Amino acid sequence: MTAELGHFALILALMVAAVQFVVPMWGAQRNDATLIALAPPAALAQCVLVALSFACLTTAYVESDFSLLNVVQNSHSAKPLIYKISGVWGNHEGSLLLWTLILAVFGAAVATFGGNLPKALRARVLSVQAFIGIGFLLFMLLTSNPFERIVPAPADGQGLNPLLQDPGLAFHPPMLYLGYVGFSMAFSFAIAALIEGRVDPAWARWVRPWTLAAWCFLTAGIALGSWWAYYELGWGGWWFWDPVENASFMPWLAGTALLHSAIVVEKRDALKAWTILLAILTFSLSLLGTFIVRSGVLNSVHSFASDPARGIFILAFLVIVVGGSLALFAIRAPALKAGGLFQPISREGGLVLNNLLLATSCGAVLLGTLYPLFLDALTGDKVSVGPPYFNAVFIPLMTPLLIAVGIGPLLAWKRGDLQAVAQRMRVAFGISVAGALLGWWLNDFGPLLPVLGLAIGLWVAVGVIVELAERIGLFRVSARDTLFRAIHLPRAAWGMTLAHLGVAIVILGITVSATWQVEKQQVMKPGESIDVGPYRYTFVGAGPARGPNYTALRGEFRVTRGGEPVTTLFPATRRFTQPAQETTEAAIRTSLYADLYAVIGQPEANGGFATRLYFKPLVTWIWFGALVMVLGGLMSLSDRRHRVGAPKKSAVPRPKAGEVKAA
Amino acid sequence: MKLKTFFPLAVFALIALALGIGLYLNPRIIPSALIGKPAPTFALPAVKGRTAGFSTADLKGGEPVLVNVFASWCVPCRVEHPLLMDLAKKGVTIFGLNQRDAQGGEWLDEFGDPYKRTGDDRNGRTSIDWGVYGVPETFIITGDGHIACKHIGPVMPNDIRDKLLPALADLKAKGTTDKCSAS
Repeated sequence: MTAELGHFALILALMVAAVQFVVPMWGAQRNDATLIALAPPAALAQCVLVALSFACLTTAYVESDFSLLNVVQNSHSAKPLIYKISGVWGNHEGSLLLWTLILAVFGAAVATFGGNLPKALRARVLSVQAFIGIGFLLFMLLTSNPFERIVPAPADGQGLNPLLQDPGLAFHPPMLYLGYVGFSMAFSFAIAALIEGRVDPAWARWVRPWTLAAWCFLTAGIALGSWWAYYELGWGGWWFWDPVENASFMPWLAGTALLHSAIVVEKRDALKAWTILLAILTFSLSLLGTFIVRSGVLNSVHSFASDPARGIFILAFLVIVVGGSLALFAIRAPALKAGGLFQPISREGGLVLNNLLLATSCGAVLLGTLYPLFLDALTGDKVSVGPPYFNAVFIPLMTPLLIAVGIGPLLAWKRGDLQAVAQRMRVAFGISVAGALLGWWLNDFGPLLPVLGLAIGLWVAVGVIVELAERIGLFRVSARDTLFRAIHLPRAAWGMTLAHLGVAIVILGITVSATWQVEKQQVMKPGESIDVGPYRYTFVGAGPARGPNYTALRGEFRVTRGGEPVTTLFPATRRFTQPAQETTEAAIRTSLYADLYAVIGQPEANGGFATRLYFKPLVTWIWFGALVMVLGGLMSLSDRRHRVGAPKKSAVPRPKAGEVKAA
Repeated sequence: MKLKTFFPLAVFALIALALGIGLYLNPRIIPSALIGKPAPTFALPAVKGRTAGFSTADLKGGEPVLVNVFASWCVPCRVEHPLLMDLAKKGVTIFGLNQRDAQGGEWLDEFGDPYKRTGDDRNGRTSIDWGVYGVPETFIITGDGHIACKHIGPVMPNDIRDKLLPALADLKAKGTTDKCSAS
């Protein structure tokens, strides 16, 4: 019964979405206040219906209702409750339902909190949102119904991939989807603006918070995914340039560019067409990401859905949404009036450079991700483009970008003075060169890449601090005034400082952990010791262990440093029976200084065990930096300007043409 | 109307076309310029954790063998890997060329090592000499060290059945084969 209710709610939601797509758009074109006013209640109704449907599916999972095919395939009665719940979105159909739910919630948020938007704009935005919703609802109802029954119902489920039974991964998809779908707001605003033929600072001010929020979620989602890969896959790696990872990284790069170009629209009324294009591209890449993961077009370890019928549907949807919006852009963009002029050396110039480099790296990732597919389409060859390509193109693009991160915020709007900036950045330059040389020396004058990484990480970090010190008048005015200025600094400024600092932390984490990591792999017998970096690992022994739904081989390592005990590590290999699969549970002791990482493998004939032991300095900084970036984003999001929103948004009065008569 | 605003649309059309074709694709066979020529000259150290390195001389043992180009970062390699393990168990000699990869040793430790000998081609030079332009690729080598066939992409069960095993049997029996274009 619950399942039928959920299914029925989905069908109703589709109908409501159809109304929400057609009526408000029509009303906005005809300036009909009654039709326009239908948008918010329709968005709310759609949200309630999709939420009901999602609740029904969750109930079926929690109750282990094995008369549902989806529950049978992805759950098991012996699974802990949290993974029963995360199982709802740990599969193709359920994850689509989550996608749609988030989309509907965002639509409802615009309906509820968008009171300060011009009513026609809000109606158009909600209409575009509804169109995306129609696509996903239809997709589910036609090809991927989560509420399909199975007769007769089996006694128990087929379990969930044990690799996915993990807190990090349980919350990874919702985060990613909040990001992906969040960019749909920027997209809807962009389409609405193209239809209205108007983009102004007020528009940018409405788009920015949505983009910022989506960016925060996506950053957190990517970081969670990479952290999961790090501790769960047991390889000690944290980024593999896997197509699925790239699928989330491309919208992130485009979204980061959008975040910055929207600033230029807001503050200087320039870069309008480009910003619109970025908004379209960012969401298109989110859709493409969903397509790549869901259709199985590109083979990947992660992809858990592979079905051509679904692929064709998504492709058709992609062509309509992306092709349609780009066609609209092609026709309407020339009509957008160019705004403020600026010199190449200026804050705007810096942001343009940021955009160019981010867009290029995004294009490079796209090329690398799709190249195997293109080659296959043209010649029939199957290849894998791996880290060699991505590292080769990514580092040269990121280097100038990160140098610019240090300089950009110090430049003035319209016309900057590079010489004055150079003056102020002397300290940063000195520190980064000194730090890099120190690192080079510590690394026995080895490869130059880590030297570059160190220099750039320090450059960004010190640059951020110099900029902050400048703003709060550190050492120039009294300590009291400095504190006063620091408190009254706009939160958006603090947000930028934090986010850029986060980038520096990530760079330093990547560089140091890659350069000074020590890795030992060998067969060890109980009682043997081995030195890994400054630590000594002693293998105590290994034996069987049991968990709620698996059996395991568990090893014990005592770790000491200079004779002092540090910690005891218990790495394990888990063997699941539902489905039959083995996972490696690396034992990791995390600290800000270094991670100690141990993996145990199968017993060897001579009574020893295959072991892999690592010393990974500063590796945690990678995720800590991402966290700092997210905090920066949230800080900026909490800026008063965004909360207060519209009324004071623009000095230029909005033209009345698109306004509603009797709103 | 400016033409340049149509540029994104045009790029997208190309991508959509490729994605569309991608949904219907089947791998095909591409001949290599090196077919029938002696294998290039090289000598590589073994992949980490192994002792037997790999050089041209190993290919002239009198028996037909396989040379498989792999990397831990290569996803299709992981797909074909269990099949290579089966082949090795059946007594087929496979040599592994580990292209531009620092983690090849761990990879083999984790999933098993089907290779009689491995070559650590860290900078990819040997792979270039072999005309490898993607990973994975698999070569069939005659008993006297000539390249008989080249298989691009992962080896699938039907490739083994229709191509690799018949070609190896042919080479063993009469020194030549016409099975390279099968499947």
